[in-house]
Amino acid sequence: MCGIVGLFLKNPKMEPQLGQLLSGMLSTMCERGPDSAGFAVYGSGTEGRTKITLQSATAAEDFAKLKAALAKDKKLDAQLTTRDTHAVLSVPSDKLDEVLATLSADFPSIRIMATGENIEIYKEVGYPTEVAKRFDLSHMSGSHAIGHTRMATESAVTTLGAHPFSTGADECLVHNGSLSNHNSLRRELIRDGMKFNTENDTEVAASYLTWRMKQGLNLGEALEKSLDDLDGFFNFVVGTKEGFGVVRDPIACKPAVMAETDDYVAFGSEYRALAGLPGIDKAKVWEPEPSTVYFWQR
Amino acid sequence: MQQLIGDLMRTFDLAQSPLRELNEELHRQTDGSNQPQWEIVNPRGGHAIAVGLDAPVKVDIRGSVGYYCAGMNKKASVTVHGSAGPGVAENMMSGRVVIKGDASQYAGATGRGGLLVIEGNASSRCGISMKGIDIVVKGNIGHMSAFMAQSGHLVVLGDAGDALGDSIYEAQLFVRGKVKSLGADCIEKEMRPEHQEALTKLLADAGIKDAKASEFRRYGSARKLYNFNIDNADAY
Repeated sequence: MCGIVGLFLKNPKMEPQLGQLLSGMLSTMCERGPDSAGFAVYGSGTEGRTKITLQSATAAEDFAKLKAALAKDKKLDAQLTTRDTHAVLSVPSDKLDEVLATLSADFPSIRIMATGENIEIYKEVGYPTEVAKRFDLSHMSGSHAIGHTRMATESAVTTLGAHPFSTGADECLVHNGSLSNHNSLRRELIRDGMKFNTENDTEVAASYLTWRMKQGLNLGEALEKSLDDLDGFFNFVVGTKEGFGVVRDPIACKPAVMAETDDYVAFGSEYRALAGLPGIDKAKVWEPEPSTVYFWQR
Repeated sequence: MQQLIGDLMRTFDLAQSPLRELNEELHRQTDGSNQPQWEIVNPRGGHAIAVGLDAPVKVDIRGSVGYYCAGMNKKASVTVHGSAGPGVAENMMSGRVVIKGDASQYAGATGRGGLLVIEGNASSRCGISMKGIDIVVKGNIGHMSAFMAQSGHLVVLGDAGDALGDSIYEAQLFVRGKVKSLGADCIEKEMRPEHQEALTKLLADAGIKDAKASEFRRYGSARKLYNFNIDNADAY
């Protein structure tokens, strides 16, 4: 099953309410995906700096150790903000590769959830409303956000198996459905230098889009290509630094409904997810067509 | 909380009382019910609203509903003043269900009788495996509609998506707009006077005045898939 919610704000005045609205949407999709939940929030960023979202099963210990290590390196100019099992490490973008190498060498139990100027990803095993509460989603602000509630089918219920998946800077994807050619496609992508953390089918889809965008395609074009190359059932909602996209497979058996007003574009697996949005009574509400890419960019 | 409005209309607020209470109350209604009119407010996309009714009551739902609204309906007249999620009026037996907005996938699936009117568009698999229901859609329908449809009528004032009537049995399909493609064993058929007459009656029953039967084309089964053909054995 699984539930997807997404909100792309067109009206910047609503940005402080982003987390509150997404949290409300996510809470309506709990029974579609009670195993785990996650969300990506595109919040404020500083030019020249990159945010690295970290996760650890032994967060208190790891993040304290990391904080101590960062305090010793005054030149790095890094800032660490912890949220439950996750933390956001902000570093100058030109130091990103160096920092990632250090993290991988000295902090093997810390996992990288996302990197980018704006994106932060939080995901955990647990009931979706509890997960949202742990990370205090309702107080987050930003321009767009995507959330997911997971009922696992293709791989284990783990933190890393939860959505969203991010395989490129400021990129993320959530998925409702199951892919049938993910193993063969993963092998092809590995041959082309892409790296994988899980056996999950959705990670292959995220990686595929990143791979296509590395070839110079924009998100909309990459999504068009995915219709030819991915086999299975899928509703994808994807985010980039400035964009928000939706695509459904040709069979379109996974439910989807969208709403648009002058203030926002919203996606929900069901209308329940949209029912609490401001101005929904006057919104344009429709079911996205199969094999059709929908894409908004600011 | 329920309030009495006048003598006949009863309003049920789903923001105040649980769905199960509503459906239980509706199931208690009988042919001679003295509570023939119901209004349901704040549906907010909820599932299985007004499912399994078996009495000639009139139900108005003010807002959009989720999965399986008015499923298995018998005798009742249910109007959704909004859009409907997947499986609206699934396996309907009799009565009337009207959706003022759009309907999601498999509207009227496996329906055995009654009339389902969708005033907006219906998405994929509308009338899949229909077995006697009449469905009238003012807008367009999506792909794979009337798949394995056995009997009844599907009337579409707009366009039909891919693979209309795939593996169809004896249901009759009438489309006024374009058909993107026909499914296996579905063909266009001659519109004879008895079809014009049946369609005219269906349009009138659905309250449609701006469409004439003569504007529609009829589609149905070529009857080539009814029995296994030994010449096709190599295909399996």
